[in-house]
Amino acid sequence: MIAALFLVISVAAFLQFFIAYCRSLIAAYKQVDLSEDAREVTGIEDHLVMGDDFRRLLQLVRLCPEPGDDRMEIGAVRLYYSMLNMLRAIFRSLAPRVAHWTEQERAGCAYFAAVALDRRIAHNRDLMAQQMSG
Amino acid sequence: MLGPLDYFLWFLGISVQAGAVVCAVKARLFTRFFTLNLYLLVASIIGAGRYFFFAYYGLTSIQYSYFYYFSDTFLTICLYFTLMQLYSRVFEEMGVNQYLRVGAILLLGGTAWFSYQVVLGSSDKMLGKFVVELSLNLYFVGLVLTYLLWGAVVKLRETRTQLIQLVLGLGVYFSAFAANYALRHLYPQFSTVWTYLPPLMAIWLPMAWAYTFLKIPVDARLAPARVVAAHR
Repeated sequence: MIAALFLVISVAAFLQFFIAYCRSLIAAYKQVDLSEDAREVTGIEDHLVMGDDFRRLLQLVRLCPEPGDDRMEIGAVRLYYSMLNMLRAIFRSLAPRVAHWTEQERAGCAYFAAVALDRRIAHNRDLMAQQMSG
Repeated sequence: MLGPLDYFLWFLGISVQAGAVVCAVKARLFTRFFTLNLYLLVASIIGAGRYFFFAYYGLTSIQYSYFYYFSDTFLTICLYFTLMQLYSRVFEEMGVNQYLRVGAILLLGGTAWFSYQVVLGSSDKMLGKFVVELSLNLYFVGLVLTYLLWGAVVKLRETRTQLIQLVLGLGVYFSAFAANYALRHLYPQFSTVWTYLPPLMAIWLPMAWAYTFLKIPVDARLAPARVVAAHR
């Protein structure tokens, strides 16, 4: 009984911490403006991006050789995005306000992926420049 | 008997912990978050020490068991002090560091006393049981304290992104660990799954911290209200 109660409390705490952690990553990335190259590749103007673009952007991120320091963060946001999709599916007809909130969050995830892509493009450009000069 | 995955997780854990310290040094944050880096450094040294005991004495030896449980308790105490440093960072402008230090020592002493009371009835291997009990209780205290610290971060409108992410990373670690402990008690038949979660979390925490050290500038700011999940 105590173990079950403890499980409920710890899972609730885990979810709260995990969601807040993912949102802190997304909020930090939201402060970054996309470069011209990234806008061109992704087709994003200003900060306007749809939640459904997340998967497409993630596929582009995967195509870029990684600098090796953002894999875990991308994984965390991808998991958060899946949770949001689940929430959206459940609440779409039951609570439109929740569905609207999940859509906003999904858009944040998509922008996160766009910035991650931008960083990888910049990293690869730096690598190319180093090889050319070396 | 350990398999390739166990070895992989073991060595990955040691490398990631040491790597996170390197990242902190590179970002010139080693002294700024000293106890946090000390914990990572001690964790990687203990990881290597555990491998030495394992290779020399074997997984089922009494020497390995003792080293494992005693080092685990030592690491938990280090993590407890890491949490206290995060507390003093959050409350630094209020000038209550002295009280925090006294409170931390009292709480640690209280947890040790409680753990001692729990194992008092055991006649054999009391010291071994005590260190295991102390480690477990400190994890629970750590989870509660991290939750309170997160509450303080939100309430005090702490805006330092680095600090926010370090606290949240620790919160994820503690809560996952506590959930794993409860699951192991409820569903012992899935022990294989529950065995792999702690080493995975032990890899996750230094990775999250290393990312914060490297990618988040010291002066980056973030409104905690944007992080707390609430729909409008």
